[in-house]
Amino acid sequence: MRRHRFGLQLACVAITLFFGVPLYLIALAAFSSRESLDRFPLPLLPTDLSAETITTFLGSTGVVGGYLNSLMVGLSTVVLALVIGVPAGYALARHAFRGRDPYQLFLLLTRALPIVVLSVPLARIFLQTGLYDTTYAVTLLHTALALPTTVLITSAVFVGVPREHEEAAQVFGASPARAFARVVLPQALPGIAAVAMFTFVLSWNEVLGATILTLNQRTLPAHVLTTLSDSPLAYRFAGGLALILPAIVFVAVMRRYLLNMWGTTLR
Amino acid sequence: MKLRGPLLLIAPSLIFLTALFAWPLVAGLSQANGADIRRMLDDAYFWPAARNTALLIVVLIPLQFALAIAMALLLRARPRFAGVYFYIWVIPLAISDLAAGLVWLAVFTDRGYLNSALSQLHIEGYAWLSYQHPVTMFLAVVVAELWRSTSLVFVIVVAGMQSIPRDYDEAAAVFGANYWQRLRKVILPQLRPSLQVALILRTILALETFAVAQALTGRNMPLLVGETYQWYAVLQNPNVATAIALVILAVSLLAAFGYLRALRS
Amino acid sequence: MKITISDLVKTYPGQARRATDDVSLEIADGEFLVLVGPSGCGKTTLLRMVAGLETPDSGTIHIGDRDVTGVAARHRGISMVFQSYAIFPHMKVRDNIGFGLAMRKVDPAEIRRRVDQAAELLQLTEVLDRHPAQLSGGQRQRVAVARAVVVDSGVLLMDEPLSNLDALLRLQFRAELKKIVREIGTTTLYVTHDQAEAMSLGDRVAVMRDGRIAQLGPPLEVYDAPSDQFVGGFLGSPPMNFVPGPALGHASDVLIGVRAEKVAVGTERADDARPATVEVVEPTGASMLLTVLIDGHRLKVSAPPTFTATPEQQIWLRFDPTSLRFYDPETGLALLR
Repeated sequence: MRRHRFGLQLACVAITLFFGVPLYLIALAAFSSRESLDRFPLPLLPTDLSAETITTFLGSTGVVGGYLNSLMVGLSTVVLALVIGVPAGYALARHAFRGRDPYQLFLLLTRALPIVVLSVPLARIFLQTGLYDTTYAVTLLHTALALPTTVLITSAVFVGVPREHEEAAQVFGASPARAFARVVLPQALPGIAAVAMFTFVLSWNEVLGATILTLNQRTLPAHVLTTLSDSPLAYRFAGGLALILPAIVFVAVMRRYLLNMWGTTLR
Repeated sequence: MKLRGPLLLIAPSLIFLTALFAWPLVAGLSQANGADIRRMLDDAYFWPAARNTALLIVVLIPLQFALAIAMALLLRARPRFAGVYFYIWVIPLAISDLAAGLVWLAVFTDRGYLNSALSQLHIEGYAWLSYQHPVTMFLAVVVAELWRSTSLVFVIVVAGMQSIPRDYDEAAAVFGANYWQRLRKVILPQLRPSLQVALILRTILALETFAVAQALTGRNMPLLVGETYQWYAVLQNPNVATAIALVILAVSLLAAFGYLRALRS
Repeated sequence: MKITISDLVKTYPGQARRATDDVSLEIADGEFLVLVGPSGCGKTTLLRMVAGLETPDSGTIHIGDRDVTGVAARHRGISMVFQSYAIFPHMKVRDNIGFGLAMRKVDPAEIRRRVDQAAELLQLTEVLDRHPAQLSGGQRQRVAVARAVVVDSGVLLMDEPLSNLDALLRLQFRAELKKIVREIGTTTLYVTHDQAEAMSLGDRVAVMRDGRIAQLGPPLEVYDAPSDQFVGGFLGSPPMNFVPGPALGHASDVLIGVRAEKVAVGTERADDARPATVEVVEPTGASMLLTVLIDGHRLKVSAPPTFTATPEQQIWLRFDPTSLRFYDPETGLALLR
């Protein structure tokens, strides 16, 4: 039994190292000076930390703009996806209506569409409508990508609020709108916040569509991708860390909801 | 009220998705003509890209399912610090494939951390990502993808395991089944729905992989989606890009339906 | 307020059977009426239609003299206790109890006064400023009742309110509930699957089966003279015994129903007694419950707690003719004698 436990810990530690060490290394690389990154072998311990690489990265053309664009696109996507998706999620959770199953199938199907399939024709449509190379274009694409998941997860969130609560509110004199606002929404709020985070991260990470739909108004990943081939290693490492940081914050905040969001609702 | 209410609530999403999915899809389908398809097929990068994409899926997915199931089983044994392990194991969930490529670039690049570590052990470095070493180049991409995308499978499997009552497992144990028997006869069969979802999802997502390879190898290891990007952004030919995109779409749908059928029987 | 239910029919979509099948029922002002029956008998559907949470296919519902059939729940002037309590977890106990008053735009000072009063009635004063998550199951139940009584509506509906409590608490709260409802004097419609609850609470009980009311009447009357075999078998613990007539010396075209406690048990042979063989002996404390075989038919009879018997033993049963009920063996319906 004791040996068994030891083996268990050993396996867990090994896997943790596989997932953790690369994160450590990219942080180490991003916080090394340019000069020490040119050395070989690279120091494996944080002996001479420096903000030089990361500040150079942040100072180079397009990075701050990319950050702001990513932020803009991410927040707008969250708002738009919630405004459109929450009512649909509520309808799925509470109503049995004709067309419910086809609608769900439609959502699943749209989620199976590769981003490229949409992006290229969309770029053409946006060129004609003057939306090309704007953050709005990217927001629309990201909302379309996030929406099926937003609807399905919010519907799971609303299913978690007992129907009897809503009925109780109505019996005690609340209109349907009031019952929703006073009783359902407050209980669904943590779940909806989780959906919002999920949507933001999806938008933050999406690179291909953002690259195809913009030329100058790049989001951060799109900017990093398009400048990849002609930038020094130090720049790429700093870019890698810059892209990852929100992810770590996201997972830290969302740990409690992860299983429900990715796990249960996907089944 | 019974019918109009819910329809009113789903209408915005329906209209939005139709405008942004169906319209471009139809527009895309009507654009790719025979000449573009021929040009796509004649391109020197197309078939290697198709082969690499297929190979990546065939190698990556079995590996990552084995890893994810093993990870879930480890956590199920309730080790100490399970919370910490879980946190670290799911961080890659929120990491993009571009960022994952850059992370592993720091490891695999010629003067990167792997060769540095080797040199401290007095082992000579190796050009892992060189186009002269296609095998290690491919494996580097596999490792990076394994690192990034296994978390998704892991979370789905853990959630699936949580919904299996422990009673079944305990009953099997009481009646004398050993760990492997329980795993094969009790746990895995009940995980089937979760695994099915994960498999469809991961195959479709794996077909879309490209930024990892782009960050690690440039165009030395072409992948299908990377080629659409090349045709569109670098070669400025959206029609061929569309043609490749449609190939990806067809394979995605085929994979999804194929799995559904195979797993149902 | 009086409730008048006329010819209510409801079929849920996708189901062949009617959930309620042409039910009519009148509940007098201030009456406590219990709907009781096995699950799926339509009792909850009936209650929910009165609440306005389900729409009947046909038929009408009047509360007082007002036809409320098409009126939304919130405009019916009712209050309700839900099976799962439906206490709002994000609101403090005080706000939960005062919810109905707040929705009716009652002055805050008045809400406060009435909430305090209701809390005192239900012994919740201590926990008014807590959230429901910090309460025990029994306390949550009390909050649900307080929320329902505080609005002072004309009709109080209760949907299995005690079914989530453990056995001991259920027994305690049952009596308390009866007292509270009598004090406020509201017309009450109460749904339960527990026959003991129905017996103890109702001024009248309506036993339901397959979407219809099988029997309606004061609890003791229904208990004593079930209108059919189903009601007799459902109400009472143990349920009524049914044996073919010849086993007790009656005609062969009747089925005889007799309650366990109406059978006199003795060890001595007597002319007016019939022999039976003891099969199982179960002491319940208050009595000795015997399962006996008489002429090959199984019967439950209850003997005084001091009665001693062992399996296989022969005993003598005496049946008081006035306590026997007669049923048609084909239809199960009561025969008039």
